Amino acid sequence: MKSAPTIAVALLLIATDIAASPLSATEIPQAQRRSGYSFMTPDTQAIQDDDTANPGMLWVLDGEALWKSKVGAAGKACADCHDDARVSMRDVAAHYPAFDKTLGRPVNLEQRINLCRVRHQQATPLAYESRDLLALTAFVAQQSRGAAILTDADPQLEPFVARGRELFMQRQGQLNLGCTNCHDDNWDKRLAGSAITQGHPTGYPLYRLEWQSLGSLQRRLRSCISGIRAQTYDYGAPELVELELYLMSRARGMPMEAPAVRP
Amino acid sequence: MRTLEQTSRRRFLGLAGSAAVLGAIPIVTVRPAEATPAMLATAIRNVVGEAPVRTGKVKLDVPPLVENGNTVPMTVSVQNPMTANDYVKSIHVFNEKNPQPNVGNFYLGPHAGRAQISTRIRLADSQKIVAIARLSDESFWSTSVDVVVTLAACTEEVI
Amino acid sequence: MASALINVPKRAKRGEIIEIKTLMSHIMETGYRHTATGEVVPRDIITSFVCRYNGVEIFRADLFPAIAANPFITFFTVATESGKFDFEWIGDKGFAETAWASILVE
Repeated sequence: MKSAPTIAVALLLIATDIAASPLSATEIPQAQRRSGYSFMTPDTQAIQDDDTANPGMLWVLDGEALWKSKVGAAGKACADCHDDARVSMRDVAAHYPAFDKTLGRPVNLEQRINLCRVRHQQATPLAYESRDLLALTAFVAQQSRGAAILTDADPQLEPFVARGRELFMQRQGQLNLGCTNCHDDNWDKRLAGSAITQGHPTGYPLYRLEWQSLGSLQRRLRSCISGIRAQTYDYGAPELVELELYLMSRARGMPMEAPAVRP
Repeated sequence: MRTLEQTSRRRFLGLAGSAAVLGAIPIVTVRPAEATPAMLATAIRNVVGEAPVRTGKVKLDVPPLVENGNTVPMTVSVQNPMTANDYVKSIHVFNEKNPQPNVGNFYLGPHAGRAQISTRIRLADSQKIVAIARLSDESFWSTSVDVVVTLAACTEEVI
Repeated sequence: MASALINVPKRAKRGEIIEIKTLMSHIMETGYRHTATGEVVPRDIITSFVCRYNGVEIFRADLFPAIAANPFITFFTVATESGKFDFEWIGDKGFAETAWASILVE
């Protein structure tokens, strides 16, 4: 039988490990983090890799046109303030959701675009998942391609990241599942025929084969939440933004891939 | 006692699982596929007439297990010199179990250089896909492939 | 907002076989889906795609509901002379879109 000192050492090592590591016991270690891209078959990966074959790029093209069109009572285009998006929007999406001073809480990219429309273009906000909002979001997000995700540097966001983490961990719905149960504890296993990914939002907005359309991260979160038979939050709900913020923080350092393609 | 608990829990999860699939009523539902082998045969006859169809020369590239039946990459190629005297006139693709047997018809000619097309198709279920090439000498060549299609794990509410 | 993504090499050698890739934005509604109340969602697909090279048809396709949304079609052609490729998509409900790309053949 193993001696007590060995067991004590083992316990000490475990204790130190947890104490020293900034991660919680369930969080995926940095070295093991993988984008949803890596779970796809080569055929689907090929669709994402080619900009002329990636249907998400159709929305990016539309967004590029919208960027230049004058709207609202102010008759201004995004380009009038932000000039060339390739320069002004570079890496921006990798830092969203971000804190909005006026509202005193984080907003995601879609909300930021709408806030700009209302505050600076004097135009009506675009509906969530509308073609125009998806197109503008896709166009802006694409300017962050390759950029490392960094959303939790702002200390003002701390309580919201914490809240998002709670939402990620909590069990909910008829199936009594929390996001963490699949995406932290069972990634790389399968749910029916589909691979369970780690749930990193590196590619949003993305073209989902199941939707046959481009869609936002909030759409995906709502699908997942209804998939575990829980009550989904409305588009734009603070809970969804907090979840987005936590997910992006959980994916810190991973490169952006928007517009990605997923099954 | 423990065995009984485990059995009940497993059965409950099984029921819960099926409830998960059937519980939410999606706004848009899919009609069960109605195509039959007879429809497939008729569709092929509409192209081929009474001419014999030989196997060979045609290659169908489809992933054997598709990630999502809504968008399945497919490449059809025909081994052929593509000269003015010997070329592929057209390629016709059929399926076995979608509501409708035709997938697409593609018309080429000697100027194509290579008899190969790619597209993305929809497959409602695991099924056979057939590709038939018509050559300049009016001969028909075909190949078929069996594809496994799994359904998405969770049904979704539409947006 | 319909849009097309075309991939044609900008230049090619005379006689070279080139690949042309096209992607068109379209829902390709099959006509086999139903709403919750049982009504059929009517078919709305692209039915025909044509490519002309300096006015001469080099490729044509008949599309059916089994073609996935945002149809992606690739094919090959021999680069014979400099000029223009014209692409045309025709479909239900009077859908008609065109695009073009030029090529320099040396």
